[in-house]
Amino acid sequence: MKIKSALFMFLITITTVLAGCEPLMVLDPKGPQAERQARDIMLSIGIMSFIVIVVFAILVYVLIKYRASKQSPDYEPPHIEGNPWVEAICVGIPVLIVAYFSFVSVQSNYIVEATPKGYEDKEPLVIYASSSDWKWHFSYPEEDIETVNYLYIPTDRPIEFKLYSYGPITSFWIPQLGGQKYAMSDMVTTLHLAADEKGEMMGRNANFSGKGFAENMFNVTAMSQKEFDEWVEEVKETADPLTEEKFDKLLEPGHLGQMTFTGTHLEFSPAPEHDHESSESDSEETHEGHTEDMKMDEENSEHSGH
Amino acid sequence: MEFFERFAVPHPSPAIYASMVAIGLTVIAIVAGLTYFKKWGYLWREWLTTVDHKRLGIMYLLCALIMLFRGGVDAIMLRAQLAVPDNKLLDSQHYNEVFSTHGVVMIMFMAMPFIIGFMNYIVPLQIGARDVAFPRLNAISFWLFFMGAMLFNISFVVGGSPDAGWTSYFPLASNDFSTSVGTNYYMLSLQIAGLGTLMTGINMITTIMKMRAPGMTLMKMPMFTWSTLVANLIIITVFPVLTVALAMGTMDRLFGTNFFTTTNGGMDMMWANLFWVWGHPEVYILILPAFGLYSEIISTFSSRNLYGYKSMVASMVIISALSCLVWAHHFFTMGQGALANSFFSITTMAIAVPTGVKIFNWLFTMWKGKIRFTVPMLYSIGFIPLFTIGGVTGVMLAMSAADYQYHNTMFLVAHFHNTIIPGVVFAMLAGLTYYWPKMFGFMLNERIGKWTFWLLSIGFVLAFFPMYITGLDGQARRMYTYSEATGYSTLNMVSFVGAGIMAVAFALIVYNVYYSVRYASRNISSDPWDARTLEWATHTPVPEYNFAVVPQVKTSEPLWDAKKRKHVLFPGKLNKIHMPNNSGVPFILGTIFFVWGFSFVFAIWPLVIISTIGIFTCLAFRSFEKDHGRYISLEEVTETEEKLGGAK
Repeated sequence: MKIKSALFMFLITITTVLAGCEPLMVLDPKGPQAERQARDIMLSIGIMSFIVIVVFAILVYVLIKYRASKQSPDYEPPHIEGNPWVEAICVGIPVLIVAYFSFVSVQSNYIVEATPKGYEDKEPLVIYASSSDWKWHFSYPEEDIETVNYLYIPTDRPIEFKLYSYGPITSFWIPQLGGQKYAMSDMVTTLHLAADEKGEMMGRNANFSGKGFAENMFNVTAMSQKEFDEWVEEVKETADPLTEEKFDKLLEPGHLGQMTFTGTHLEFSPAPEHDHESSESDSEETHEGHTEDMKMDEENSEHSGH
Repeated sequence: MEFFERFAVPHPSPAIYASMVAIGLTVIAIVAGLTYFKKWGYLWREWLTTVDHKRLGIMYLLCALIMLFRGGVDAIMLRAQLAVPDNKLLDSQHYNEVFSTHGVVMIMFMAMPFIIGFMNYIVPLQIGARDVAFPRLNAISFWLFFMGAMLFNISFVVGGSPDAGWTSYFPLASNDFSTSVGTNYYMLSLQIAGLGTLMTGINMITTIMKMRAPGMTLMKMPMFTWSTLVANLIIITVFPVLTVALAMGTMDRLFGTNFFTTTNGGMDMMWANLFWVWGHPEVYILILPAFGLYSEIISTFSSRNLYGYKSMVASMVIISALSCLVWAHHFFTMGQGALANSFFSITTMAIAVPTGVKIFNWLFTMWKGKIRFTVPMLYSIGFIPLFTIGGVTGVMLAMSAADYQYHNTMFLVAHFHNTIIPGVVFAMLAGLTYYWPKMFGFMLNERIGKWTFWLLSIGFVLAFFPMYITGLDGQARRMYTYSEATGYSTLNMVSFVGAGIMAVAFALIVYNVYYSVRYASRNISSDPWDARTLEWATHTPVPEYNFAVVPQVKTSEPLWDAKKRKHVLFPGKLNKIHMPNNSGVPFILGTIFFVWGFSFVFAIWPLVIISTIGIFTCLAFRSFEKDHGRYISLEEVTETEEKLGGAK
């Protein structure tokens, strides 16, 4: 049957691609979190392929054996209500598989939501990653520097990303380091990642956020701690300071290249880490950056009673 | 002039001007045609004012087909844009509008009317009733749906389409980031159509609970009726959530409230929650009736009773309960922590168990059967392997930690198309082919139908399976373009070719209708497929009153009993029959709702007030109207029955 052969071709393509020269990004992990996720994905592909093959096999067998053209014209199919044993097997085996997957899933949930395995005793590097239309701002509070649209990280050290947004919901994603998490304007979410090896990687906003969404990407470079420290020093010596005025300009909708600053915007525009009341003031500041884009802005401030 | 400026499309393009012209010409052609053939009266008497469930069902199906083509054109545009890297065919804003409308049209205005159309047409016939419980309400449901769909569709040429995705997440959908009236259209048109759906829910449940033929206990109902009952229970459970969410969203956009804003105590995450509390059960509202259709078709063409009837019913009830407990799997990545994710991960995977039971039951229904490869059966057979793949990728997505990598990628897009197309769309095409002779008195051509099936299946595999791979390679969904360096281009081109093949298949459906109208034999029996349930026991074409004598039922396959076990289906004598009167009020009410929605979209308050008064006037009119229906006399019934080939 044509579908079957098409599916077979598909399986062949997938295996060659998986085994071949160019590994798929998600299945080519460079850090412990992505590795765990890639492992889960391969495990589920394996077990699920088995289920698909079983269903295919039964279907093909039934279609070949019981098609009308093969049977005598006076064959009367029997009336079969159902057999408790057969049905128990049809429930039992899926229950076992789902139970096993649930076990793996819960375990993985706690792993990806914690400091990466093997990195527990190392001090994490905290990076505030905030999105605005359609850029990423990376603040390094300890190093007191900030970059736009590119991210330098040390290897062999856990990284704690604090995510939030100056606009629509975005999703911070570096496929080779680990899965994504949302950045929102009224709370801060935390993503634990770490890089095992040096190298350059693609990072992007994965959640649709309007006109400039497709280009809402950033470069990630993982380097040794020594190189990272040197880079920080260099930035401190050469980059301009980030002022509030400058930052408000950066927030305006549009695309920017890579930029580097000393100081972080956290000082004058802190992350919405607490409840709504305290975040209100910075959100108002955000609005000022967007004025041309916002018809309702004046109305909003009227309502907010400021 | 300022008043008119806001009706202009904010981002005009040749495609939009072309559709304006096309819409204009179509309207002129329809009006001219109706006038020339003097069909205005016929249209009004027989269709616009009808309360007959069969006619309403057919109108639902017709709208669904038209919307299928509208959404399909969107799909082709999307795939064409992504076929090559750095394509300039659509700009970002257009691409965003096109995928937003593609999603809304396909789910709300294609899949929903398709299943509701089948429910309308089939359920009363299948339970041996003469109409639904509330025929007038049924007409209102249809016209609200219709006007909602029309309101949504004019957004393309008047004022601009929604551009925040079919999920319309706030704050992206707020006035700050979505400045055109597009999202107003989304809020209002879904609201109006959603009210219609809610009424359908009430109507169908009442019909099934109160109007079954004597002897048809709940556990003797045909499987499609069961699936309708369960789907409508989900409808009345979750559609009110959508109603409330849309009302809140509308108020945020029009009255400056702060339900979903990010300041002043608003909560953008609330929209995501409310949307998916409705949105996830919604997909089961679509898929369960599809399962029901497959059950009927597989049983008929295997010439066997449905295997494991009780477990089929139980699995649907369990699916419906679980469907309301899984919504957060749409945003595992929102930061709710490992515990919440674990809960929703397990509930989601649990749905695989009852669904798996159904797959195996269909396989065992074919076991020892006598399988006839007709077009409806081909769709059902194609559905089993393809849907299984869609189902197992669903289990993969349900593993929340791994979902951090699948979320928002083409992998997800591949998954849900892989469930909805073989699941819902195949079922609808199977159902359409299966019930076509009952509806119109002739069969669709089998040869063209088989071509359609194969092209559609191959096109589907080519269009969507590559997305699993590009998703794992980091291609996010909803990107209007990508660079050459990403390496996505080959597989996206394959997708485009697949989409093209699917388009040919859909064109063949139209050709098949045309061909069969011209050449198909009108001389068919009332039971051309050798089926097993009551809808095939009445005449073709079905008389207005469905059954002249109320049928008696002993098992879930009454017609099969009559054919094989000498069961007497129609023991009574002919008598006069009580039927509801036609009414123009539902159509008028729907039209007023259209004006109401339109004036809300553009904030034309005087018109809002006038149309609101109009709506309440219609309701008041109904309250004071004395309409006890009418009787079809015994003579007329006898005459009709004889003309249709002997009393049944």
